[in-house]
Amino acid sequence: MTTTITPQDVEATVIENLVAFGADESAVVRDATLESIDVDSLDLVELTQVVEETYSIDLDGADFKNIKTVGDIVDLVVARVQG
Amino acid sequence: MSLRDVVITGVGAVTPLGVGARTLHERWTAGNSGIRDGEAPCADFDPTDHMSAKQARRADRSTQLAIAAGTEALEDAGWTDGPPYDAELIGCVLGTGIGGISTLESNHDQLRDTGPGSVSPLAIPLMMSNAGSAALSLQHGLRGPVFSVVSACAAGTHAIGTALRMIQHGEAEAMVTGAAEAPLTPLSRACFERMGAISPTGVSRPFDNRRDGFVMGEGAGVLVLESGDAARARGARILGTVRGYGSTGDAHHITAPHSEGRGGARAMQVALGDAGVDPGEIDYVNAHGTSTQLNDRAETRALKTVFGVRAGQIPVSSTKSAIGHLLGAAGAVEAVATCLALRDRVAPPTIGWEEAEEGLDLDYVAGSSRPLVMSNGRSPVALSNSFGFGGHNASLCLEAA
Repeated sequence: MTTTITPQDVEATVIENLVAFGADESAVVRDATLESIDVDSLDLVELTQVVEETYSIDLDGADFKNIKTVGDIVDLVVARVQG
Repeated sequence: MSLRDVVITGVGAVTPLGVGARTLHERWTAGNSGIRDGEAPCADFDPTDHMSAKQARRADRSTQLAIAAGTEALEDAGWTDGPPYDAELIGCVLGTGIGGISTLESNHDQLRDTGPGSVSPLAIPLMMSNAGSAALSLQHGLRGPVFSVVSACAAGTHAIGTALRMIQHGEAEAMVTGAAEAPLTPLSRACFERMGAISPTGVSRPFDNRRDGFVMGEGAGVLVLESGDAARARGARILGTVRGYGSTGDAHHITAPHSEGRGGARAMQVALGDAGVDPGEIDYVNAHGTSTQLNDRAETRALKTVFGVRAGQIPVSSTKSAIGHLLGAAGAVEAVATCLALRDRVAPPTIGWEEAEEGLDLDYVAGSSRPLVMSNGRSPVALSNSFGFGGHNASLCLEAA
């Protein structure tokens, strides 16, 4: 059975995990910069682990070079899932 | 060169008797025990009461305990608006015996069950033995000497001794020091059981004839030490003075102490010499007193070597009778307990001591706590001992304010 992964699913997964890592729930929105919600490189490595597992994709460090906001992460994952 | 005096201005602890240094002191003095079903967990400790979710996630349980004890110690020292000195002159030395063993175990489970890709990227910063001092440095902005020391069950005492030297020699104006341990995991439990160190009956009764091993516990103790001049200048409340410190190696056996407690005796003698305190001036000894056959016999002999005929007149008690053995954290928690006991002029009891063994005939403060009666208004002075696998011995000489 194939289920369609929507950008909304990805956004929900990303936000849910960033909140679980300790970010303030009300501040974790698409436009929030990672710096503003205190998400650092260790959080990104953990998040990568989760989305790789959840969506069966592979990401590496270079993929994150231009990531600045929560939305950038969502878009990266969505592009990879659809790619 | 005359060395600077070093005072204790704040204490904090999380122990099997509860959260808080005063909780430890009051409950031990009242004869309460934190041991349940053969172990001594910090059952009341909820990390989220003491730190953010993010900080808790980024800390092994041992570090969470250190963070909570550290926050209490800094508040107790009156550092509520931040450290009172240049941050570069404030350091942190913590001890641990093992470090983040629960993190190591859970990540090893992940590796075995689902492969290397599922190992946490936080595993290393959580399990490293220096995580505790790093966490307190980060949290409080301490930028002086920051590192951890590892010497098995002597680590807490070595940490405090090292911090003492930093201030004495002017390398720091103040130090946050102590130790933490969270060893109640399947692997460490099995390891200590296999070597026959843990009490099969689950009872911690140091120096008693029926003792059969230690009861493993977890916890943390943190002290704020400051240069005496600086503390007095800022009007700090002073709890006590760290008068001296001694540390030695047995060079005898990897786990067993020398049968006469040779290295332990010398650590006490070095601490007394360092303090400029005559053995006749010691009013109380907080013993290492693990409840193992070998330690308690060797430590008793060591005390007789140091104090001679007076050994039997000094109250000697073991905090481990109330909270079990906190391994690397033991010396730090016991220094906190000793500091508060001296302040209240009381010798807390060796809980459960009833049956003497031939040769183990000191005053182990059986039954209940006892006042330390001081003549001429003198402040009481104590030794606090720690001995670790590897033949590491350390002793602190503390004096009430």
